[in-house]
Amino acid sequence: MTTAPPVPPPAAGVRATARIHAVADGRGGTALPLLAGEGPLALRRTRGREAEAGVVLVGAMSAPLGGDHLTVRATAGPGARLALASAAATLALPGRAGEPARYDVELDLEDGAAVRWLPEPLVSVRGSDLRVRTRVRLAPTARLLLREEQVLGRHGEQPGLLRSRLTVTRGGRPLLDQELACGPGAPGGWDGPAGLAGHRAVGQLLVVDPAFAQDPPPAAVLGECAAATPLAGPAVLVTALAGDALRLREVLDAACRAYHR
Amino acid sequence: MSLAALLVLADGRFPAGGHAHSGGAEAACKAGRIHDAATLEGFCRGRLHTAGLTAAALAAAAAAGLDPAVLDAEADARTPSPALRTAARRLGRQLLRAARATWPDPALEQLAAAFPRGAHQPVVLGVTARAAGLGPRDAAHVAAYESVGGPATATVRLLGLDPFEASGVLARLAPELDAVAARAAEAAHQALLDGPEALPAASSPLLEIAAEVHADWPVRLFAS
Repeated sequence: MTTAPPVPPPAAGVRATARIHAVADGRGGTALPLLAGEGPLALRRTRGREAEAGVVLVGAMSAPLGGDHLTVRATAGPGARLALASAAATLALPGRAGEPARYDVELDLEDGAAVRWLPEPLVSVRGSDLRVRTRVRLAPTARLLLREEQVLGRHGEQPGLLRSRLTVTRGGRPLLDQELACGPGAPGGWDGPAGLAGHRAVGQLLVVDPAFAQDPPPAAVLGECAAATPLAGPAVLVTALAGDALRLREVLDAACRAYHR
Repeated sequence: MSLAALLVLADGRFPAGGHAHSGGAEAACKAGRIHDAATLEGFCRGRLHTAGLTAAALAAAAAAGLDPAVLDAEADARTPSPALRTAARRLGRQLLRAARATWPDPALEQLAAAFPRGAHQPVVLGVTARAAGLGPRDAAHVAAYESVGGPATATVRLLGLDPFEASGVLARLAPELDAVAARAAEAAHQALLDGPEALPAASSPLLEIAAEVHADWPVRLFAS
């Protein structure tokens, strides 16, 4: 585990970047020549499956506060296999002056790379204002498993304002671009009959696999509030709404077993 | 711009096939999420700020002269539901047929040749607006209005809702509709400078899920 010394927080909030670089080690495994946490973003190496290197993001529990800007940047070189997880849920918390916090995730996958990005849920706490920006760039033969779960408020709590955009390109072409805005201050109707309709947990599971080009999974309705939708490229997106984080995870876990090979 | 051309394009009687689509209202009525004027208004407001904004920005960008093929790929990425992608292309093909007859223009012919199975409707709408002498903001207004006008009209048919109440819903949404069109046009301008990532990608997970539920029904009043 490599952790940079904590940077004293400037008045504007914490700026911290965690960097991960995974490469195929030439012996059928994956090495991590760069594993550098910073500030509240600490990284721990774990045992991955088979040829995979595992990394867990720890200590993200208390961040991001309003005004913070956190970034996780991971690259997987040709043929590298990387599993990224987090030790606990991430709580979006209010800052002192009500300024928004930013959380950026950038994943770059080169040819033949495979990344599983499976963080714990993001909980939007009352009074918080968080902008999440996830950008994934895939080479044409890269494979990706990505899960995002957003929970509106802790138990029985009103949510904060959460804006989360996920942009995935494959071979430079757009594959998926989705932005969700919810909570007080979001554009009108966010919780209405064309919005979350009272659900307090929303999530998606994205599986990108070049094998889907020949054999795309069919669209499937997974209950009243979840569906698996094949995208215009070799990928399937499972979108689910649920009453709480636990039920959301059940749906996404089942989808993961069904679509991730 | 010509105000009269805008009226022709936005008119519900313009033969572009939109009447066959409910914009998700049929699924929402069946699930009980729309059951009166108030819930219709909530539905339309949510759709306007998600799918409506995204469609309006794509239309504005096409009207501003961005490459329709690039925008069509961006529209695909913003539409995870295959049922909604199919509906958008069908509507695009029907609009293009009407547009080529109404405002003959080489750009419309090129679009038809490049997308024999239809391009996404907002992209066609933007190219059509340009052919009709309209600007990006006009195209955004039409797309934003369609995003709520379709569900409102459909709900009158689905629930027997009083048409006066449905018109009242649309009138109350007018200030937000103007704001969405302005934001969409601004984003289109930004996309000319910075590329299509500047276009919004506002989405509603429930509309995508419900579109797949709706597509599974054996009998439907509306195509989407």
